[in-house]
Amino acid sequence: MKATIDTKKCTVCGVCSDACPMNAISLSENQIEISDDCSLCGICVDTCEFGAISLPEVGKGPEEDLLSYRGVWVYAEWREGKVHKVSHELLSIGRVLADKRGVELGAVLLGSDIEDETARELSSYGAEVIYVVDRPELEHFTDERYSKCIVELVRRKRPEILLAGATSMGRSFIPRVAASLRTGLTADCTQLDINDEGLLLQTRPAFGGNIMATIICPNRRPQMATVRPKVMKPVKKQARKARIERMELPGQCFEARAEVLEVIAEQDQTAKLTEADVIISGGRGLRNGQNFNLIEGLATLFGGAVGASRGAVEEGWMAPSHQVGQTGRTVAPTLYMAVGISGAIQHLVGMQGSQVIVAVNKDPHAPIFDVATYGVVADLFEFIPAFVKRIKRERGAEA
Amino acid sequence: MHIVVCIKQVPDTKNVRIDPDTHTLVRQGVESIINPFDLFAVEAALKIKDQNGARVTVITMGPPQASEALRDTLGLGADDAVLLSDRAFAGSDTWATSTTLSAALRKIGDVDIILCGKQAVDGDTAQVGPEMATLLDIPYATFVKKIEMPQSGSLRVVRQTDEGTEVWKLHLPALLTVIKEIGEPRVPSLRHKMRAKKAEIPVWGAADLGLDPDHTGLCGSFTQVVRVFSPPRRTNRIQLEGTVEDQAEQLFQYLKNARVPGL
Repeated sequence: MKATIDTKKCTVCGVCSDACPMNAISLSENQIEISDDCSLCGICVDTCEFGAISLPEVGKGPEEDLLSYRGVWVYAEWREGKVHKVSHELLSIGRVLADKRGVELGAVLLGSDIEDETARELSSYGAEVIYVVDRPELEHFTDERYSKCIVELVRRKRPEILLAGATSMGRSFIPRVAASLRTGLTADCTQLDINDEGLLLQTRPAFGGNIMATIICPNRRPQMATVRPKVMKPVKKQARKARIERMELPGQCFEARAEVLEVIAEQDQTAKLTEADVIISGGRGLRNGQNFNLIEGLATLFGGAVGASRGAVEEGWMAPSHQVGQTGRTVAPTLYMAVGISGAIQHLVGMQGSQVIVAVNKDPHAPIFDVATYGVVADLFEFIPAFVKRIKRERGAEA
Repeated sequence: MHIVVCIKQVPDTKNVRIDPDTHTLVRQGVESIINPFDLFAVEAALKIKDQNGARVTVITMGPPQASEALRDTLGLGADDAVLLSDRAFAGSDTWATSTTLSAALRKIGDVDIILCGKQAVDGDTAQVGPEMATLLDIPYATFVKKIEMPQSGSLRVVRQTDEGTEVWKLHLPALLTVIKEIGEPRVPSLRHKMRAKKAEIPVWGAADLGLDPDHTGLCGSFTQVVRVFSPPRRTNRIQLEGTVEDQAEQLFQYLKNARVPGL
């Protein structure tokens, strides 16, 4: 299988050939040829201004009554008695999607000893119905139990869209939900919308953030997507009257072949990268591990977390759990400050979604400046103490 | 004990660039590498082999040239490799990929542990491991940073979550996806490299796996790319100027106006 060219529309301009990452499109005198190297990525389709290229259609799978699915659902992540903030963000975008579709917005809460108040709180972000499964077996997260519960709820209520946070929990068990329901799943969406046909448009970065792809799931339901924390804005609404439905599920939903023996909460606040509003990261420019004190000091002033480049982790200056980038964490805080980090692409993909990016580097040509909101070309050993001093002066004045 | 490691060949995104004028992907100099997380998975398998003895098979789905990636893992000490390659597999989304890989695992048969990297660095979806385990109906644990040796049909693992760490016990057979902390990959040894050079790597297509071509590749996928575009460019950066103190002052004011929390 490969992309097909409509020779009537094709002008043999060659734009697609240049765009193909697989080098699969060749030009001859009067026609374009696509070789077996075509990976059906679809990049060429969009580059053709004559609409001459198309891909074969995705499979339909077993026939299903798509119209019998109605409503938008958000999986509201619950941990240790609290609902994760990403759930508020998802409900806010879910509200927009539900309004566009003219359907109900539902939230699903799984856990143990869930109070009505916790469930009701979700209505202030737009949820009209909250399905609660409250069982002692759900106190600790396991992929098997959590996915079986959601699968059962989806089979009963048939929502057309199901959104979840791309947290370590969501990224772990949501694929199991999708596979059990035999439906598509798009990870880490940065934009969600509804098209004219009522389908969910799921936009996500691809090729290390160099390209954005919009993806649909035309023939299966629910259409499933995950969204990373802090990507969508939480919008608090006037609390509406929401129904809370406590659901009884069959016993097999709570059986599992994996057992949680121990849960150890991270004590080091500066290691909580994915939750932090502010991350101060250091790289090789710090010269040694001891100098990370500067980074830690600044992070503490913000109540933020400490990140590190791969270089700094490889030098052993910081633990791997602090690494931001391709082989580390992907983060999107309100403020990301890169100190002494040159900005290799593998680092940029892990932080370029941050709202405000400050780059501090001696080298004005460092690639980190390409993604920075504010650039500081300076010796970090002079700048960071000056910046810390400035913040402390303000604090002193307030105190 | 038989361990199967699933790997993926990915473009080395370090070298991927976007042409600022045409907004298209610049492919020159983009080489294929083994997904870094999958190398951690290979390492995890070889560690178990070193300590407990195990047979390690590495599989991948990809074009014919992906057999080179498999050969590299034989050079590291894996025992066997199988390439899943067929034109019918092209355009697979994570569902179709999982369908194909799990068919291969069924064909292999006696598997105790399946190891995958936590995600591939080109797609970043982290879906294929869990989806495969679901299709095979076996338990799994994601983001594993430590594997304690299996005892009588079960396995203890330490997994990294956003909130901390968790210790899980899983019944075998099980699938694990691993992260960097599992250990840096070893360097290939001369002895293994010699063997790898001569090794025959079988190629299985849709027919070998008993898969209907309508259920593989793009035809067997549920999701479809409808549009590809360049990411919106960042608003122009503001370059701070003056002495270090001036710059500190400016940055402080900018961040305060931006209502950065904690200031």
